[in-house]
Amino acid sequence: MTRITVNVDGVAYEDDVEPRLLLVHYLRETVGKTGTPIGCDTSNCGACTVLMDGTSVKSCAVLAVQADGRSITTIEGLANGEWHPMQQAFHAEHALQCGYCTPGMILAAVDLLRDNPHPTDQEIRDGLEGNLCRCTGYQNIVSAVRRAAEAGVTAQ
Amino acid sequence: MTTTTGAEAQAAAEKAGTEFGTPRPRKEDARLVTGQTTWTDNLTLPGMLHIAFVRSPFAHARITSVDVSAARGMPGVIAAFSGADFADEQGSLPCAWPVTPDIVIPAHPPMATEEVRYVGEAVACVVARDRYAAADAVSAVDVEYEPLPPVLDIRTALDDSSPKVHEAGNKSFEWVFQNGDLDAAFREAPVVIERNYRQQRLIPSAMEPRAVVCSCVGGEFTLWSATQIPHVLRVMLALVTGVPEQNIRVIAPDVGGGFGSKLQVTAEEVLAMLIARKLGRPVKWTESRSEGNMTVHHGRDQWQRIRVAAERDGRVRGLSVDLLADMGAYLMLVTPGVPLLGAFMFPAIYKMDAYSFRCTGVFTTKMPTDAYRGAGRPEATFGIERTMDELANELGMDPLEVRQRNWITHGEFPYTTIAGLTYDSGNYEAATARAKELFGYDQLRQEQAARRASGDPVQLGIGVSTFTEMCGLAPSRVLGSLAYGAGGWENASVRMLPTGKVEVVTGSSAHGQGHETAWSQIVADRLGVPFEDIRVLHGDTQVSPKGMDTYGSRSLTVGGVAVLSACDKVIEKGKVIAAGMIEASANDLEWSPGRFAVRGDPEKGVTIGEIALATFAAHNLPDGVEPSLDSDATYDPDNFSFPHGTHLCATEIDTETGMVTIRSYVAVDDVGTVVNPLIVDGQVHGGIAQGIAQALYEEAVYDEDGNLLTTTMADYLLPSAADLPHFTTDRTVTAATTNPMGVKGVGEAGTIASTPAVVNAIIDALRQFGVRDVPMPCTPERVWRAIQAGRDSGTQAQNGAVR
Repeated sequence: MTRITVNVDGVAYEDDVEPRLLLVHYLRETVGKTGTPIGCDTSNCGACTVLMDGTSVKSCAVLAVQADGRSITTIEGLANGEWHPMQQAFHAEHALQCGYCTPGMILAAVDLLRDNPHPTDQEIRDGLEGNLCRCTGYQNIVSAVRRAAEAGVTAQ
Repeated sequence: MTTTTGAEAQAAAEKAGTEFGTPRPRKEDARLVTGQTTWTDNLTLPGMLHIAFVRSPFAHARITSVDVSAARGMPGVIAAFSGADFADEQGSLPCAWPVTPDIVIPAHPPMATEEVRYVGEAVACVVARDRYAAADAVSAVDVEYEPLPPVLDIRTALDDSSPKVHEAGNKSFEWVFQNGDLDAAFREAPVVIERNYRQQRLIPSAMEPRAVVCSCVGGEFTLWSATQIPHVLRVMLALVTGVPEQNIRVIAPDVGGGFGSKLQVTAEEVLAMLIARKLGRPVKWTESRSEGNMTVHHGRDQWQRIRVAAERDGRVRGLSVDLLADMGAYLMLVTPGVPLLGAFMFPAIYKMDAYSFRCTGVFTTKMPTDAYRGAGRPEATFGIERTMDELANELGMDPLEVRQRNWITHGEFPYTTIAGLTYDSGNYEAATARAKELFGYDQLRQEQAARRASGDPVQLGIGVSTFTEMCGLAPSRVLGSLAYGAGGWENASVRMLPTGKVEVVTGSSAHGQGHETAWSQIVADRLGVPFEDIRVLHGDTQVSPKGMDTYGSRSLTVGGVAVLSACDKVIEKGKVIAAGMIEASANDLEWSPGRFAVRGDPEKGVTIGEIALATFAAHNLPDGVEPSLDSDATYDPDNFSFPHGTHLCATEIDTETGMVTIRSYVAVDDVGTVVNPLIVDGQVHGGIAQGIAQALYEEAVYDEDGNLLTTTMADYLLPSAADLPHFTTDRTVTAATTNPMGVKGVGEAGTIASTPAVVNAIIDALRQFGVRDVPMPCTPERVWRAIQAGRDSGTQAQNGAVR
């Protein structure tokens, strides 16, 4: 077991973890942040995307021990009193159906705009290539990210 | 029957101030965009244990021994079981659609006991304190197999020399349909063409993997499952396990997509019940994606032989379809019925004199197939729409012209097709005209000609798909006549709360469709209560005790109508109570949404909220009137729903690399009256994406030993945002005449329409090189090879005219 200190959504946690424990399992099962779902086992789908020190990572491809000393933002910590503009944009543009990819998609999109605040539609599509959605055909996701960009969203 | 454009319909809705046609963002988003979700895998019950399955590495083998003793000794492992431990209680997984009287339905034990018939079939399991310990212990289970020969190709599986999947042989059933004088049509018609198409095997790939949690307390079970069908599942679990139905509660919490893959009664659901009972502890199982690709039922997988007879002016005389359909190793819930849904759809929107259909269901040593978005109808639509393009080419006609020559015209509805369905309404002319306009059809044809003339290495192709489909499953008597094991009705209840708020209970079971929003709109519109004052309850057999669930684009056309009917009953009951309240005759009362008032004296009235409160108090109700406005309704449709549309696709093909790029895609769908255009557009977008994915990207591949090669999302190519184009969508609105809302199904339409539009566009670009077909998915390699082969064989492809 290894002792780690991780800040998750603004709260500091200190836990002993197995070195092989994935960050996503740490978040879901140790911290109880079940808002971050798991969609695959090969880091292809991006459903488990979170922000680590502000940068998007697939939390199934990070070990919990690698998050030691880091700050994690999950979908549950994104809203600050009111919904984050990206959450608002996803709602307004109907950019989700079943919603399973949505936490990862929203956090990846937040990071995308941090990198490129005024992306073209093609840049949005390319930037979200690592996050799969089976319901929407992506069209409304692209619209939502564009809407959030127009509202001047940058990463928190 | 009139047809309007989508914009006209929406403007009319806004003017009338109705909910119908209002693009409301969804209620359910509040939990989904904030991570406050209850996916089944999120649940943790006190003392809960985790199950991991040991699965067959062989496509076909006899199990000679299973030794779980070493696994039992591992840290944190509570129990380990083999199939023998369940043999007396596990029953056989159900097939609810015995399509012919002599169909072969093999026993399908949830855990294999003697023989395995596909890679991934469960042979043992371990139950441990946490999921890591369970996964570790799987490798300690020792299973000995005696390999048997796999059966992988349905084209040879019926040969006498083929190894057998089951003792009874590899044929499950043969189902035939015939109408009209086919011999005469083919004898007399001057043009006959035959085409053979492959419908590759697909993996549905809902983003949420399957998961099940089960507790058993005092013989009473609660089972949470990532399922589309909590109600059907409850009945089936009772029948399979012998547990009395009243002792089973099934909950479908938030469910992350299904596309048919969660329209199933799975081995893991049954085994979770049995293990929870054996151990007296709640258990959870969540599949990994790799496990899921092997063991969630697959879709499609057919070989199609299609013959069409036509006059030289393009008029279709007769159509003959011969299908081989891969059932996989067993028949699951509706496995054999899936290709039969296609039987009625091959004639599509076209008139003809004669039609014959034959489907042979064949067993292989692969994962069983079953419903996947469209279920039988995408396969049929692909076959007929590809064939219509081939016929157009044979006759030197434009693909739209040959369709127009044959389609049912607007004035001919209701129209009974050669397949025996009566289409209630439609306007193929209007949808096609609008699609051509948005697409710039004539300009693109000019550009195509110019590129051909100049020998541009990037060639342009234009693909057409004028589809219809049958959905809104389904009239119970029709299902009965097709030997389906259940009805096709839906149930709803409307509960008026004392404060004037409303609870709506629906038997539909949403898993992304937005019922909480759309049903609220229906109720708000009918009862005149604010949208925000309505809550929709679903997905728990204890809360919503009666239902037929969600699949086959049935929720709105069946379940939505049930909601509307329940509202009408509330209004009827409220009328009597309102009459008492305002001391008027019920006959003199007039309902406007939200309020009863005396006809001619609109000041004298009461609101539905006031009626609800008075009913709750029940102090002064008319004699003999029960103190309740609550109502339920069960609606059984008279007919299927027949949405239609015209999809046009322009592809650019790099003839040097074989790369296909969709340059533009236009879809004009007619789904009747629209409740929520935001949701409808979303369904169309997602549907088109899945159809394009079949055309260009996806295929479940087994190797020659029967191993699934596409077990991960790295191997099975789901399209990303970067792989798909922008879709231009519009609607025509021709109201359905068979239900009071005028609505038609929309959930599967895009998937049904888009695959042939894309492949037709590819072939349209490549026909000049002698290419008549490219097997799906049309990967760059396959497209490139087709171009080379076509060039090598000159302009007359082998797959050409028979006569």
